[in-house]
Amino acid sequence: MDRNQSHRQVATMKQSLFDQGYLDHEQFNQLEELQDDANPNFVEEVVTLYYRDSARLVHSIEQALEKSPIDFNKLDSYMHQFRGSSSSIGAKKVKAECSLFREYCRAGNGEGR
Amino acid sequence: MAAAGTESLRWNLAEEVGVSGCNGSGSEEFHVLAVDDSIVDRKLIERLLKSSSFKVTAVDSGTRALQYLGLDGEKSTSAVGFNDLKVNLIMTDYSMPGMTGYELLKKIKESKAFKEIPVVIMSSENVLTRIHSCLEEGAEDFLMKPVKKSDVTKLKDFMVKGDQAEKGKRSSIKRKMDDDILKLTMPPTAIASSSSEVEDQSSSASHSPSSSSSSPCSSPCKRTRLQ
Repeated sequence: MDRNQSHRQVATMKQSLFDQGYLDHEQFNQLEELQDDANPNFVEEVVTLYYRDSARLVHSIEQALEKSPIDFNKLDSYMHQFRGSSSSIGAKKVKAECSLFREYCRAGNGEGR
Repeated sequence: MAAAGTESLRWNLAEEVGVSGCNGSGSEEFHVLAVDDSIVDRKLIERLLKSSSFKVTAVDSGTRALQYLGLDGEKSTSAVGFNDLKVNLIMTDYSMPGMTGYELLKKIKESKAFKEIPVVIMSSENVLTRIHSCLEEGAEDFLMKPVKKSDVTKLKDFMVKGDQAEKGKRSSIKRKMDDDILKLTMPPTAIASSSSEVEDQSSSASHSPSSSSSSPCSSPCKRTRLQ
């Protein structure tokens, strides 16, 4: 009984993430399709890698923002990496934010307005 | 593991058919060298490739890829002999720190030993000039990231292309071997009459290709097998 409830909760959460545009339906499905009996934890493993990688990138970005003057090329490079991995996971909103951030970098816009 | 199980099954089948001894790569599995600096993308591409039954070696830079191939000048670091761990395809990300995928592509195409290996470029950015220069430089294809299962299943076409010469050789060897086996099972009189047939009909077209080629083939076949 509990298990079915958990499954339903997960399904609801997932659908809500799709609906709100946080998670890309197609890409996340691709990840789930790659999971099978021989690789039962694939999605969890790849998302865990993503979180770790993202934490590292966010830290580097924060540090880069502290510097004066801002090195926009470096920032752009970090954002490119972040955007790439977000795209691979289906993290749609993060990907969109990264793209926007990159536009500011290219415009040399340190304020982001 | 399921993967290991199917691998050994394939090897056994290949041995029965008698072609595996002819060259080192043996089984029908293709080996892809994947190059990407992103750990997330490496994990993803590895799983994608493995789920299409490819063998995968994933490295994090162009430099590492060259080291793996033994193209970095340090002969001792090469993991790739010509008969084992043969690479059938190289898949590389375009934007990487240090050496870009384009630069790696150039180095591979400049190398006598590896220029025949098909190279596929992956990128998250749809830049036409970039795509154009990669294709000009000899890349087989340019894939937009994120790479999908359908992109990966298409890769087999590129590998068959490169392998065509080898496969042609293998299938003609197989035909000749089959004839050998056939000869052994035929009664002696039948063999005698079939050889005389060959002499009489040597000028005619091969309406029965197996009988016309069976007699001269036994020694070449054995020689090839021992290789």
